[in-house]
Amino acid sequence: MAFVATKGGEDAIAAAHAWRADRRRGDGEGCTLRQATTSFGRAIDRVMAEGALYDPDLAARALLQAEGDLVEAAFLLRSYRATQPRLVDARPIDTTAMRVQRRVSAIFKDVLGGQRLGPTADYSHRLFDTGETAPESAPDPVAAEPVSPLPSAMGILGGETLLEAIPAAGHDAPPADLTTMPLDFPASRPIRLQALARGDEGFLLSLAYSTQRGYGNTHPFVGELRMGEVAVSVVPPELGFAIEIGDIVVTECQMVNQFTGSKTVPPQFTRGYGLSVGHADRRAMSMALVERALRADELGEATGSPAQDPEFVLSHCDNIQATGFVEHLKLPHYVDFQSELEIIRAIRRQADEQRAEDGMDRKKEDGDDRV
Amino acid sequence: MIAYNFAYLDEQTKRGIRRALLKAVAIPGWQVPFASREMPLPYGWGTGGIQVTAAIIGQDDRLKVIDQGADDTTNAVAIASFFRRMTGVETTTRTAEATIIQTRHRIPEQALTEDQVIVYQVPQPEPLWKLIPERPVARRAHALSDYGMMYVKLYEDITRFGRVSSAYDHPVMVNGRVLMSPSPIPAFDNPKMDAMPALQLFGAGRERRLYAVPPYTPVRSLDFTDHPFHPGRADGTCAFCGSTSSYLDEIIIDDHGTRRFLCSDTDYCAGRIEEAERRAEEGGQ
Repeated sequence: MAFVATKGGEDAIAAAHAWRADRRRGDGEGCTLRQATTSFGRAIDRVMAEGALYDPDLAARALLQAEGDLVEAAFLLRSYRATQPRLVDARPIDTTAMRVQRRVSAIFKDVLGGQRLGPTADYSHRLFDTGETAPESAPDPVAAEPVSPLPSAMGILGGETLLEAIPAAGHDAPPADLTTMPLDFPASRPIRLQALARGDEGFLLSLAYSTQRGYGNTHPFVGELRMGEVAVSVVPPELGFAIEIGDIVVTECQMVNQFTGSKTVPPQFTRGYGLSVGHADRRAMSMALVERALRADELGEATGSPAQDPEFVLSHCDNIQATGFVEHLKLPHYVDFQSELEIIRAIRRQADEQRAEDGMDRKKEDGDDRV
Repeated sequence: MIAYNFAYLDEQTKRGIRRALLKAVAIPGWQVPFASREMPLPYGWGTGGIQVTAAIIGQDDRLKVIDQGADDTTNAVAIASFFRRMTGVETTTRTAEATIIQTRHRIPEQALTEDQVIVYQVPQPEPLWKLIPERPVARRAHALSDYGMMYVKLYEDITRFGRVSSAYDHPVMVNGRVLMSPSPIPAFDNPKMDAMPALQLFGAGRERRLYAVPPYTPVRSLDFTDHPFHPGRADGTCAFCGSTSSYLDEIIIDDHGTRRFLCSDTDYCAGRIEEAERRAEEGGQ
């Protein structure tokens, strides 16, 4: 297929889309929405988090339309979200009232309400199932009854004042909303958390990992990681009281980080917080590590590592922005490039002329010497 | 057709790991790079220790796996079942019966013998990582025995907090030459490393490093003459076996914050209870 610098290109675009649709379907009808919803739960959770919209059906639809490209799917969801009117703000969700499917604490061997693994692959052996290496004993699948309410495992530390109080939002007014205002610095804690909550999972993961290798260490422990359904409630202005409008699944991670303080200020554990829609341990934990790293300046810790720099982290964590700008380099840039070409030719020409002139001078000087 | 070799890794890979281990034994405490493989458990969950164990385990070995001192913790159970599945080797919870003990974060209370090997899972083999995140710079510091900055860090702890603040993973000097991470064991366990009759092997899978402490090697926890090393434990008594000298876990038993202490080493605790019952029976007869 020849590439021609054409104007328009409507036919080319239509053909590209047709080719893509054909490839997506494969030999048959492709994956159905229902299959996608049941088989790709974690992908859907990630798309909802990065797409910043809780709607598993729409996320599954986006996943199919995007050929499984998670960033592209989140992009679809985010674009749809932008078209929806904002009717009312939900009240803050209460994660202590969560119907808990999974709850683990790494700081206490046993906690009130118990350690509950839930539906996790954490302790699986990553081996292909050949049929010969069946698990030693395969119990019947047990769907343990979710428990609710379950007090936070962190409560016991708070009671001893060994753990700092939940850091203030910075003001008493309702927290700023990143979706209705541009990101600005210094960014308040609510804004930082909002940006991280929709941030790219890979970016958050790598930044979090960098803190564990000495680039902004936070001395973290998982105080508690919990996953389950929480109720979302709103107060419609015409009613004046709260009504529940549905349940969402969220994963919450509360990190406990090593003490600050000095001889005069008693040492205390500090907090890092992560929350994600869906079942997303990796995401919630990464967010909690990065959130805590971003508090380095506030806590008087040494700074200078990438994960501790709010402007660097928050300005680059949104993968919809990032993928758009990185990939925009594919767009035509002939005009800019043409002007670059002209400049570089002019500079080279100038240099050649200068060299020629210098050469002539040297010859002349050489000639003078011979005399 | 998918088939796995004895102990998962192929023989060439295991030999490569053993060769690196020989070098590690020859230079106590020195971090030896090795071609770490992707294991079927995630990095950070013991892939280094698993590779070391896979490289040295034979048909006649008896393996014990502990995490936080306990055989019944989820990660220890998963690793032990992995080796049963991949080697057919018998696993045990009894410290005395094991020939190989793979551990995360503890050294058993019962003293180990010359016939045993203890394999530590190591998340961060570089003891200087919090001071020098750049690994090539840290490597040069090791080559030059340039450990002044670690002493300065300990000194700063003392001036700020009145004591050294590293409660676990407290750095040790091996054979008077190499600064080494003991892995994140509590400071309480550090003295057990000194002149231990058992061979101590350390595996860091993600960071691709192995190191070792041969039997009877001097291992000294870093300290100052006027601020000697202080191995701490909770000031309590095990609610099960009554031990006043073992390392203890703190268990919260109600929502009023009531706590009890239990031995972290479950085999040690069970052994003491058995022993007490046996003595009670004998006393009764």
